[in-house]
Amino acid sequence: MIRMVDVFKEYSNGVKALKGVSFELNAGEFAFLVGPSGSGKSTIISLLVGEIAPTDGLVIVNGQDMDNIKMRKMPYLRRTIGTIFQNFRLIEYKSVYENVAFAMRVIGAANRDIRQRVPYVLELVGLEYKAKSKPDELSGGEQQRVAIARALVNNPKLIIADEPTGNLDPARSLEILLLLKKINELGTTVLVVTHEKPLVDQFSQRVIAIDGGRIVSDAMDRYYNYESQ
Amino acid sequence: MKVNRNRSFYYIREGISSIFAHGLMSFASICIIVAFLIIMGSFIMLALNINALIGVLESENIILAYVHESLSESDARALEPRIRAIHNISSATFISREEAMQSFARRFSDSNMFEDIDVTIFRHRYAIYVEDVSQIVQTQETLRNIRELGNINANHAIAQTLVSVRNVVTWISVIIIAVLLVISLFIMQNTIKLATYERREEIALMKMVGATNAFIRWPFIIEGFILGMTGSILAYAAVRGLYELAASNMFLFEGGFFSLITFSTSISIPIFLLFIGIGFAVGVGGSVIALNRYLKV
Ligand SMILES: Nc1ncnc2c1ncn2[C@@H]1O[C@H](COP(=O)(O)OP(=O)(O)OP(=O)(O)O)[C@@H](O)[C@H]1O
Ligand SMILES: [Mg+2]
Repeated sequence: MIRMVDVFKEYSNGVKALKGVSFELNAGEFAFLVGPSGSGKSTIISLLVGEIAPTDGLVIVNGQDMDNIKMRKMPYLRRTIGTIFQNFRLIEYKSVYENVAFAMRVIGAANRDIRQRVPYVLELVGLEYKAKSKPDELSGGEQQRVAIARALVNNPKLIIADEPTGNLDPARSLEILLLLKKINELGTTVLVVTHEKPLVDQFSQRVIAIDGGRIVSDAMDRYYNYESQ
Repeated sequence: MKVNRNRSFYYIREGISSIFAHGLMSFASICIIVAFLIIMGSFIMLALNINALIGVLESENIILAYVHESLSESDARALEPRIRAIHNISSATFISREEAMQSFARRFSDSNMFEDIDVTIFRHRYAIYVEDVSQIVQTQETLRNIRELGNINANHAIAQTLVSVRNVVTWISVIIIAVLLVISLFIMQNTIKLATYERREEIALMKMVGATNAFIRWPFIIEGFILGMTGSILAYAAVRGLYELAASNMFLFEGGFFSLITFSTSISIPIFLLFIGIGFAVGVGGSVIALNRYLKV
């Protein structure tokens, strides 16, 4: 599902965000990716969705080498991934409903399916009563849940979540993680980026820890105790 | 088929709703197209009028060839084929001394000062029209070879001025229209660049959820199409309205020798098509080009 081999990423301003990252996430697996701020977590996610290209190394997602994929095929690969971005990336002039429905329109879903599916996922994240609101009328946590609903709506094979609970209260956070866990149990591969230790500790899961652009620990049930925070 | 129709509806709805969602930008784009086309249209109308004016002046610029007094009217009339045979002469009309006097008298109709003037002080004459005013001097020289003709009057200064004015007007028109086109493309490109820049995050997000380039482009194309067409139709209406207003005011001077040409279909149709063409190119072409840089992810 996900394979990174010796990946380096140097941004155009000279920042070396990743310095030889390798890990693998098999189909159906669930893992947390943890690490301090600036350690390179979002960079890994941008590489996985093909928003940026690695300076060196191999990135394979759902069987596709991201370096050799044809531009024409990229949209179809991205449709197999549900991404929750750290900054939500909602379209501000579209309603909550349209922001979610939008992801279905992109893949050419029939209107009838859209009308059934969108209210269902909005209910799943507890936002059905905000369907008509615009993103700027929502709290940070509510916007985050719209982003989650959008990532779930197409039943992707792989879900990549960048701090999906960063703006939620502990009860909501737990609820969302339980939801992702449930989706994982139904067969979806899930990678969750977070630095909320208390939350991670509640799950008996694989935890990949990154610091300074390098993987420093990758094990079951062990949340690497990084210092800087 | 069903999915395709859904898509088309979606693109059109998206294109239209985006015009309103980015109201200020849409308004600015339409204003730029309208302003540019009004400037261009005014200039075209000005150039057409100057050209028509020159045409009028040219057609009045005739050579008057007086026939020698010793010739009888029938001998004088007999010269016509020889005059017509000369190169560059488009027509030669015989005017007898009686006709000349009458037309002269008609211009001063309220006075009866010509009543008892002897018709023989007028000469028979030919009003000669040339094809190309710029060759009027050579034509005049050739006419002098006909011995039976006396004075041959042609106003070289006016002819020369008209020729150079027409040349200058033609060149200035070509240059100004070219400059206007370049400026408009530049302004439109920047407007569209700004509009798409404002929406670059939205475009990037579309790509991240797996939208194809066509899916992203179509609403922009429809948006650009509607803005471009709206701009060109508004500009056409404005140019036409303003011009007709100006032309109706010129009516006061109709006693003078020139009034503005009418906005006939031979003018309105090409201008309408030109405006629509520019609106289309700028609206659709501009948005496709400006979008491309954001679609390369
Ligand atoms: N577009 C960019 N251009 C230049 N440098 C960048 C860019 N994005 C990130 N960086 C730098 O790369 C490093 C890793 O950033 P990244 O966003 O991957 O960290 P992160 O682990 O997601 O942090 P956080 O927990 O705060 O979200 C940081 O030093 C950051 O400043
Ligand atoms: Mg991050």
